[in-house]
Amino acid sequence: MASLTPQVSTQVTTQVTPGTVPARGGGRPRRPRVWRGVVLLLAAVYFLVPLIASFVFTVKAPGRGFSLDAYGQIFSAEGFGGSLLLSLGLGLATIALVLLLTLPAVVAVRLGAPRLRPVLEVVCTLPLVVPPITFVAGISTVLRWGPDYLASTPFYQTIIALQNPGFPVVLVLAYVVLALPFAYRSLDAGLGAIDVRTLTEAARNLGASWPHVLLRVIIPNMRSAMASASFLTLALVLGEFTIARLLSFETFPNWIYRISGSQAQVSVAVSVFSLLITWLLLLALSSAGARQRSGS
Amino acid sequence: MNGARVEFRGLRRRFGSTVALDGLDLTVEPGELIALLGPSGCGKTTALRCLAGFEQPDEGEVLVDGADITRVPANRRDAGMVFQSYSLFPNLNARDNVGFGLRVRKAPAAKRHARAQELLELVGLPSVGDRYPHQLSGGQQQRVALARALALEPRVLLLDEPLSALDAKVRVTLREEIRRLQLSLGITTIFVTHDQEEALSMADRVAVLREGRLEQVADPATLYDRPATPFVAEFVGAMNHLPGLVSGDRVTVLGQTLPVEGPSPDAARVDVLVRPEAVLVTPDGEGDGIVMVSSFRGSTARLRVRLGDGNEVLADVPGHDSARFAPGTAVRVGLVERPVLVSARPEAGAAAAVPEPDVV
Repeated sequence: MASLTPQVSTQVTTQVTPGTVPARGGGRPRRPRVWRGVVLLLAAVYFLVPLIASFVFTVKAPGRGFSLDAYGQIFSAEGFGGSLLLSLGLGLATIALVLLLTLPAVVAVRLGAPRLRPVLEVVCTLPLVVPPITFVAGISTVLRWGPDYLASTPFYQTIIALQNPGFPVVLVLAYVVLALPFAYRSLDAGLGAIDVRTLTEAARNLGASWPHVLLRVIIPNMRSAMASASFLTLALVLGEFTIARLLSFETFPNWIYRISGSQAQVSVAVSVFSLLITWLLLLALSSAGARQRSGS
Repeated sequence: MNGARVEFRGLRRRFGSTVALDGLDLTVEPGELIALLGPSGCGKTTALRCLAGFEQPDEGEVLVDGADITRVPANRRDAGMVFQSYSLFPNLNARDNVGFGLRVRKAPAAKRHARAQELLELVGLPSVGDRYPHQLSGGQQQRVALARALALEPRVLLLDEPLSALDAKVRVTLREEIRRLQLSLGITTIFVTHDQEEALSMADRVAVLREGRLEQVADPATLYDRPATPFVAEFVGAMNHLPGLVSGDRVTVLGQTLPVEGPSPDAARVDVLVRPEAVLVTPDGEGDGIVMVSSFRGSTARLRVRLGDGNEVLADVPGHDSARFAPGTAVRVGLVERPVLVSARPEAGAAAAVPEPDVV
């Protein structure tokens, strides 16, 4: 980006006094531009080739040429609606829980105990280090441990309820742990962008209670950070495969995996389709963030 | 709106190994504007934060109208505060910022808006109600913050260096305006600042703090003319230290004999404390002083003059005279005929020169 400014000024000079600008002046900033192009091209190839390949695979029916049938079949495919709704529901529950946990913690640490911040950071980053496979092995061991003599107690009932296939709460708990690093990063960055201490003190000074400070002062000024935390969490839940698979719950990714055996084209079409949805969500989010910046 | 009496009694506060407040005792009279003045780390902000409830003293208490509020939570105290950094809520426009306190108290929207408009007019910003903080200049933001602090009709107003982030011109207008408002509202005001000019020009009384203790509290003129301690003398304005010889209640300095103000130390050899504006310099080819540096300040020029005995002295001359005192000019140096302060002479004779070499 640094090279952008001189380049612009060179162009301006060229317009004002045509012919007088030495060739060297125009040639020098061109080199970074070439490199930018190369980097862009490499990145584009890296990201676009698999996408295009997937798309071509879905629209090329054997012997019939171009066809969008695979996309039409998505919605009628058995299990599509149920698994998508389940994943979305899990995502929303995870977002609510992870924000409810992380936001007060981050605010409290920043205001009350700044020295604990590295501790919180390490704790919240741990899930990135623990492989999901290890994580799920632990979870299933715990879930299987239910001695018979506890069968009549509420404890046993709780463990059963956690695994209700209609809405497996245990997945929400697992996803909250997985989402912690992303939620923490977003919220911590968002909190760093505002002067929380002064705003809090100003609000306290005007008579606001702690819940009021959190709801009316901190949260409204953290909207874009919370939105990005939510988005990352949702993207994580919509794409999580390992844990749901090993605990045998049919979430959206597991459904895609299941139908890929019988309807390969449809499963890839669903993948492309879900990628589109994700992009739309991301676009909506960033434009919401931009609106907030210009509006307030 | 009436001001309250505020008392700090034996306040102590430590942060780890640093002592921010070391037994601060201070009483602020109702309706008074008092400035807490001192170098950074002297505890002035900590004292203010103890009064606002953002800080708990380790010892001692804070009283407002005789009631001990030391353990009252910050949101139940009757004190409005203006902060050093911009503290307006970024998500609310100016009107809602001013109305925030009323909203917390569940006042109806119409009343809130009317009151906010009234206060915005009071601080001279009747038409910015719909603007958001990032659309306001720094000075405007601090005015809105002031309106917000006054919206709940507090009995104490706390100002924590509210002008330090503003540029010089805005700073002067705004401080005059704060003073005008404070006088018309009669609200007890505590103003923390490290800028002595600000403190002297605004306050009824100035409290100079040093290392968490009260060094002197007095009206600005007394503080400037009769500093109680050498620290105050150094901190408020510039001060010359000239060697003098005491005999009885008079002291001989620079060949003149002047009466001694206040108690004189036992030793005969003393430092005589003289303000630069009390030093008279006249161009004189025969004089034993030489102008070393002259710095023009507009209405005055400050000269650094080397005397025949090797000492240096700071002197202020009217700005329009500065041309006559170019560096290298030989001058005669005298003192205004009036009582002078003396202090015991530090043992090391070398320390006798002008205290702040970087002043000129």
